[in-house]
Amino acid sequence: MANETEEQDLKDDKEPDQSRRNFLKNTGYAVGGLIVGGVVGSLLRTPKKPTTNTGNTAVNKPPAAETVNFNQALMYFTQEQFLITEAATERLFPADDNGPGAKEIGVAYYIDHQLAGEWGTNGKEYMQGPFFKGETTQGYQGRLKRREIFDIGLQEMQNYSNKKFQKKFKDLTPEQQDTVLKAFETDEVKLTTISASGFFKTLFGSTLEGVYADPLYGGNGNMAGWKLKNFPGNQMSYTKIIEQDKFEKMPPVSLREHLPHG
Amino acid sequence: MATKLPKTDVVIVGVGWGGGIIASELTKNGLSVVGLERGKERKTEDYYMVHDELRYALRYEMFQDLSKETITFRGNEKIKALPMRSYGSFLLGDGLGGSGVHWNGQTFRFLPYDFEIKSKTVERYGKSKIPDGMVIQDWGITYDQLEPYFNKFEKTAGISGEENPLGGKRSEKYPTPPMKITPGMKLFSESCKGLSYHPYHMPSANLSEQYTNPDGIARAACQYCGYCERFGCEYGAKADPVVTVIPVAINTGKFELRTHSNVRRILHKGGKATGVMYIDTTTGEEYEQPADIVVMTSYVFNNVRLLLMSDIGKPYDPKTGTGVIGKNYAYQVLKGAGIGFYEDKEFNIFAGAGSLGMCIDDFNGDNFDHKDLKFIHGANISYSQTGARPIQNNTVPPGTPTWGKDYKAASVKYANRHLNVGAQGSCMPFQHHYLDLDPNYKDEFGDPLMRITFDFEDQDRELVKYMGAKCGEILKQMGADKVVANTELAPYEITTYQSTHNTGGVIMGDSPDTSAVNNYLQMWDAENLFVIGASAFPHNSGYNPTGTVGALAYRAAEGILKYHKKPGSLV
Repeated sequence: MANETEEQDLKDDKEPDQSRRNFLKNTGYAVGGLIVGGVVGSLLRTPKKPTTNTGNTAVNKPPAAETVNFNQALMYFTQEQFLITEAATERLFPADDNGPGAKEIGVAYYIDHQLAGEWGTNGKEYMQGPFFKGETTQGYQGRLKRREIFDIGLQEMQNYSNKKFQKKFKDLTPEQQDTVLKAFETDEVKLTTISASGFFKTLFGSTLEGVYADPLYGGNGNMAGWKLKNFPGNQMSYTKIIEQDKFEKMPPVSLREHLPHG
Repeated sequence: MATKLPKTDVVIVGVGWGGGIIASELTKNGLSVVGLERGKERKTEDYYMVHDELRYALRYEMFQDLSKETITFRGNEKIKALPMRSYGSFLLGDGLGGSGVHWNGQTFRFLPYDFEIKSKTVERYGKSKIPDGMVIQDWGITYDQLEPYFNKFEKTAGISGEENPLGGKRSEKYPTPPMKITPGMKLFSESCKGLSYHPYHMPSANLSEQYTNPDGIARAACQYCGYCERFGCEYGAKADPVVTVIPVAINTGKFELRTHSNVRRILHKGGKATGVMYIDTTTGEEYEQPADIVVMTSYVFNNVRLLLMSDIGKPYDPKTGTGVIGKNYAYQVLKGAGIGFYEDKEFNIFAGAGSLGMCIDDFNGDNFDHKDLKFIHGANISYSQTGARPIQNNTVPPGTPTWGKDYKAASVKYANRHLNVGAQGSCMPFQHHYLDLDPNYKDEFGDPLMRITFDFEDQDRELVKYMGAKCGEILKQMGADKVVANTELAPYEITTYQSTHNTGGVIMGDSPDTSAVNNYLQMWDAENLFVIGASAFPHNSGYNPTGTVGALAYRAAEGILKYHKKPGSLV
């Protein structure tokens, strides 16, 4: 609720954020306006330092960009698994004229962190037996969890690289790496434990997640993924541009901006 | 041994749109209501970090935990049904407000044709128009009878819209004006007019302007932030049960909401419900909640499953087509669609709202001649701008490599250079599409899972062929440089998202032989038991279901009040 204390907070703000003020005014949350639930009330309490809500380039400084990124360590992968993943995802989403690729964006860290958590253990999925091989229309029916599938899939990529090119996957030329990935994508690699194409699909899907998910998850470093697509990230309101014909480029904002820091 | 609690006037099972509407209407009229909700409480403050595509859209933050309970699926009776182990085709709601929290807000009224589909089809085309196995039936109610309840739901939710030129008659205008118009919507609208179609604004629960509803509930306007479907609204702008009907019920002092309360059985004796048995999922303790009236308001699958597990009503037998519980399961037929790629034009499609769009009904219901077509009914065709979030929107022209340098370049280039036009196809019931209890797989309590037996039919394939072509035609008119129209429909599969518009199983009608509930959604076989939701639909129309679910819930509330005054018979 926009109670008196919050209104006071707003008045006390030494560096009023114009975009936030405009937003409040436009949406009828300003003092004397309609009193509605808690999120907006919370917004009134957020930090004094500038936070972006609209396309105001002056306030788009990525916070603490130059400090050490403590997030770049491993929660699940071995170093070998990490290096294979890093090399593979860079081929799936390579650096080019448009901008950085998966490696620079931090996709392998993202995948590592995801495998360490609920997604890696299929925590919210039905994993009870009995297990039967179903029709493709019935979806995944295996008993292995995602992190087990990655363990096997990455090892098989290494095996295939060693067999075909006598080198580890990370040491192959980009073209050779593509050959390996293609062999997995098309099930040319015959595996008995997991589906090679199923593993490839998960690897590719999680690569896109690592490129485009909020940077809080360890990928999309510096919001580079969003910048590629001119995606503005977490904006509070688009009422001003929703009817506009001209394409609106605005610097992206991440969820970090929603909390006070420092 | 279950702890027996004091009796209440009414107990409701599941507190989403259905439960919220019933609770608010009954408590306003002085009845004491206990609401049992298996999930947690939800409030607007929960959505402070809601603009998180990964967490909400891909990790299913708001949905039922499938490790505890899922459904099983098979395409036909010859194969073994297997569990839906992870999400795909549809997303099951969980928690206060249910699916009503994470919806887009597209709030249509079904067409007059829908409610009398069998009579009207036979009248215009003859009996032979209905193919073998298709079991359409009239709903036991007409559009005109239901109109006041549509109106009531639209006022509660504050629906923003303009009159559908090809829809049923309205007694009043929409309570709020239409949403804003984006360049893509303008293109769609002008192109449709050029083709002599009848475009109108998609009716929206996102709220075009600040609004106070008849219950005195005030909500702010939509900000077009682009996070609706799969997300909760951090402004409370999108109408959902938590910001509309539930607080009304709570403010009466007559509504007791119990979250983390999972109902496992409807209790009954001598043809009447006596209450429910539920588990407090935080302690594992069992409770019996006795009540004069029991109202089932959970999602389609749990309405059906609870009735079957509780031995209420005659289970449906697909061999003979007799019995009613589990009958007429239907879905939505969505593959008729087109994509238009633009080389020199970028659209602000990262912005949007769940129900921001333009649509036509020229090819919906029986608004067009089906004489020479191999299907009945049709689809609402629309362009909608719901927010192109970057993980799930990677639209590239056909022929683009599936990964690597060229894929990246194309997915980046077309990120804001494409528009989609889609047809929301209706889905007709067939004798061999149904719901029953799975013989092999169990939930966390050891109760059987719901089993779905369903596939697409020739009717659906013909519909997609026709609608896909129409979508393509509109996109060409919209000036796209390259148009890709999908006109093919593969067998139904459970792994890719299509729609959370599952319907049927406890259908309404005018006879206990062919339906489970009457047109107040009162069970024929248990007069003090009402079953609310899209489970009551004898077929699914070419629209989103929530508008019609809301209308039926208001109608049911009226029936419950009548029954409460004069118990002992059907309303």
